[in-house]
Parts: sequence; C-alpha cells; structure tokens
Amino acid sequence: MTSLFEEIHEPAPTDVPTRRVTITVNGQRRTVEVEPRLLLAHLLRHGLRLTGTHTGCDTSNCGACTVLFDGAPIKSCTMLAVQADGHEVTTVEGLAGPSELHPIQEGFKDEHGLQCGFCTPGMMMAAKALLDRNPDPTEEEVRFALSGNLCRCTGYQNIVKSVLRAAELMRSADPAGKTTVDGWA
Amino acid sequence: MYPPRFRYEAPRSIDEAIALLQSGGGEAKVLAGGQSLVPLLKLRFASPELLVDINNLPGLDYHRVDADGTLRIGALCRHVDLERSTILPTRSPTMAAAAPLVADPIVRTRGTLVGSLCHADPQGDWAAVVTALGGSIVAQGPNGRRTIPVADFVTGPFQNALAYDEVAVEAVIPPAKGTVAGGYLKLERRVGDFATAGVAVALELNGSTVTRAGIGLTGVGSSTINATEAAQALVGKPLSAETRAGAAELAAAAAQPKTDHRGTAAYKRHIVATFVERILTRVDESTQLPGNGSTQRAA
Ligand SMILES: Cc1cc2nc3c(=O)[nH]c(=O)nc-3n(C[C@H](O)[C@H](O)[C@H](O)COP(=O)(O)OP(=O)(O)OC[C@H]3O[C@@H](n4cnc5c(N)ncnc54)[C@H](O)[C@@H]3O)c2cc1C
Ligand code: FES
Ligand code: FES
Repeated sequence: MTSLFEEIHEPAPTDVPTRRVTITVNGQRRTVEVEPRLLLAHLLRHGLRLTGTHTGCDTSNCGACTVLFDGAPIKSCTMLAVQADGHEVTTVEGLAGPSELHPIQEGFKDEHGLQCGFCTPGMMMAAKALLDRNPDPTEEEVRFALSGNLCRCTGYQNIVKSVLRAAELMRSADPAGKTTVDGWA
Repeated sequence: MYPPRFRYEAPRSIDEAIALLQSGGGEAKVLAGGQSLVPLLKLRFASPELLVDINNLPGLDYHRVDADGTLRIGALCRHVDLERSTILPTRSPTMAAAAPLVADPIVRTRGTLVGSLCHADPQGDWAAVVTALGGSIVAQGPNGRRTIPVADFVTGPFQNALAYDEVAVEAVIPPAKGTVAGGYLKLERRVGDFATAGVAVALELNGSTVTRAGIGLTGVGSSTINATEAAQALVGKPLSAETRAGAAELAAAAAQPKTDHRGTAAYKRHIVATFVERILTRVDESTQLPGNGSTQRAA
C-alpha cells in the first residue's frame, strides 16, 4: 500500500489546489505542499517520516497521536496540516537528541512506564505539556493531565510514577526551579 | 481515515469569513476547534465543499465581564481557557464546574464553547450550562449581528438556527442581579466520554432567597432540556430540604431519557434527581461555609 501522504499526492488531479505551508517541526522550518484534507498526523508520519507520533484509534479518542502545537498538547489526527502553517509543532523526536534521553524518557525508563510502547509518545508529550506548566505536580494532577491518553497495557500506575520521576529529575537538573514555558500559560 | 476533498480558506477578518460562507452557498462549513468537525469529516458524515477556518480571525479568543456584569465568551475561547479562568469561579461557578468535565484535556486545548453550542450535540455539556444561565449566541451575517437565545439557537440534535452565511461570534451570559451560585455534575463512564446524564444548575440569590434559577439537562433527551418548572419551583424561597427535593423531582420528570448502552431510562432519571439535589445541597452548604466549592466531578 502506498502511504497516505503519497496516496493523497500522487494522482494530484490538476483541479485540486494544494497549499504551501511552513511549519517549525522540532525547531526546524519545514516547507511542504499539502492538500488541505491532509491530517497533521499523516504529514508528520508519512510526509516528514517522523514515525514517533503514533496513530492508534484514528477517531480522536486515544491520544497516541498527541504532539505539542505552540507548546500545548493536541491530537494530531484531529487537525489539518494546513492549520499548522506558521506554527510550532513538537513531536516525541523533538524531546532530546538521538544519543541522549530527555528527563521524561529517563523517567519512563526508570519506572518501567511502558510495555508495548504504543501509547508512550503521546503520554510523553502530554506529560511534557504538564511539566512545562507545573514542574511539581501531585499524583492527582498527573492523572488528570494524562486522562486523555489511553494505554491498553500498563494500567497507568507506572506511567504516573514515570511522570513524577521525570518531574523530580527536571527539578534537580534545574535547581533554581525555573522551567521553560513554551508560550503556553 | 482521512477527510473527503474540500477547498480550504483561512480568512483574516469576519467580513471575509462571511463573504466566503456566502460564496459557498450552503456548501461551506465553519471550522473552529475542529474537535467535532474533523472527526465527522474523517467518518465522511460531513462533506462540505469549502471549509472556512476561523482560527486566524483576530480578537475572538476572549472571555470577559463587561462593566454591567455581562459575561462574553468569544468564538475562539477554548475549553482550556475556561478551565483555567480566574474570572469564572466567582462570576459563574456553574461554568467553572463544567469546564474541566468537557471532553478530555487534549481536546480541551482546541475545542471551543461557541463551537460546542453550534454543534448542538444532545449530549454536549455547554448547551446545558448556557441554558441554565439563560445565555444567548450572537450571530454575524451580511446584514450585521443578531442575538439568539440559546433555547431558540439549538433547534434539534446537531441543528442550530444559524443561516448558512452567519458566523457565531460570541456567547453572552446576562448580568447576575444577586449572588451567583450553582454547579455542574456529569456522569461519564470514563474521561472523554459524553454524559450518561449531566445537570447544570445556575442560581442567583438575594441573601438566602433564590431570585433566579435555571436548570439545564444533557444526555437525557434528543436535545438539551431546559427544566423550567424545576427551576421555577426554587424562585422566591430560600433553599431547604423541601425545595431541593421538589426541584429534583420536577427535573427528573422533565428528562426524556432513553435506555441505551450507557444506562436505562429509569437510571438516568434517577441520576438527574440525585444531581439536582446534590448541587443544591452543596450550594446551601457553601453559602453557610464559604470556600466549599461545588466543582467536584461526580463519581
Ligand atoms: C474524544 C472527544 C471527546 C469529547 N467529549 C465531549 C464531551 O464530553 N462533552 C462535550 O460537550 N463535547 C465533547 N466533545 C466535543 C468537543 O467539545 C468539541 O470541541 C465541540 O463539540 C465543538 O467545538 P469545536 O470548536 O471543536 O467546533 P468544530 O468541530 O470546529 O465545529 C463543530 C460544528 O460547529 C460549527 N461551528 C463551530 N464554530 C462555529 C462558529 N463560530 N460559527 C458557526 N459555526 C460554527 C462547525 O461548522 C461544525 O458544524 C468531544 C470531542 C472529542 C474528540
Ligand atoms: S490516533 Fe489521534 S486520538 Fe487516537
Ligand atoms: S504501553 Fe502498550 S498501550 Fe501503553
């Protein structure tokens, strides 16, 4: 099967207008031609080959496709790629460089926050949005912030522990208690 | 899954948006938060010829209180803005209680209150809340603005009173005359599920006497229910065990629930009565014990 991105693009009927959009993805400006109906999740996965963002339900329910849009968590299967024109998108690949781990990834490693790993990218991005805003969340606040992300494996216990561990790591890495707020207050 | 083909425009002004809707001649649709429309497009339940994305319209992301006490919620005010609002806990405890119960935290980043009202889902939360508060929608079209009370705005399941070339620009909650009180309770099977039953109660009090009451019900009918008799039974009296029970019974009678996978009709009716009673009890307690909010999620 051709990828959805190609499927939507290859026949490119002349009467279907495409749009040129520029999106800052993980800090890099990317300019792409898209058909308006292309979903952001499909642009990321098939167009930009950033397959860290997963699509689980494809019906806006599971949160596996969660990315940060100008710092706030959104379901990338529920936004059109054209809508991201001029905006910043951060995917799980943007958390840390290829040979290092972000404290959130460390937290998931330390506390066994994943089994099959399918929900993990979405969980991590939802956790990042929370920790950017609230560096010292309670367990209840973690559960509330992750309540839009479904996991079929873990029973959530270790995911919650992982995020609390990540918060601890991030606070100790930043002793002044300062956090980066990516334009999201 | 992906949507059918459509043309896409992202206008920079309301006038431009209206002109685009006019040019679409009924085949165009407004795209706000997209949290209802994009799933519908993907399921091919909607196939507009033109999408008019209003997310780039400037100055619509507000919620604010005018000098006369009118509360205004702009078309691009997201659920999350209302959830984190510092204005709502005192200006409208009913709205403050509802905001964190709408959908899930990620949907709340994008979804809008005005979009919810336009979508008119019989199980949506905001229509019940705005009904209880006696609010309206301001629509703007080629001939200017008009104000439509929410009861007239929602004309049926997934149907609203907008003309094809009108944009809903804001929701308006009239000024309160006394102390505001109230709450919203929703029974949901899990986070992000629509209400099995939801109850919004909005009161204005003068001392201990109720001077205005509104009760909106969701999930228990083919559209949002305005339980006017139940609300009227509270007016002119102080809250008491008797008035609370009376209103609960009348609200349950106003509900028109159907048995489905979320529960039986009798069960849903019972929930409505319980929630009305519970919200009113919390209001009663909090007027005696300041600081006791009525914002808890119903279990
Ligand atoms: C997983 C999930 C769970 C959800 N759970 C709940 C829930 O528990 N309770 C609840 O109430 N909702 C729920 N929703 C729906 C959510 O609240 C939507 O945000 C809301 O229903 C629609 O708002 P929107 O801004 O996203 O509108 P859109 O999806 O952009 O639009 C919805 C409809 O309204 C029209 N419209 C929107 N804005 C305007 C405007 N300004 N002028 C004219 N027409 C307009 C559109 O043309 C479209 O027909 C859920 C959604 C999802 C994906
Ligand atoms: S794939 Fe987007 S919410 Fe499930
Ligand atoms: S680890 Fe398998 S879905 Fe969460």
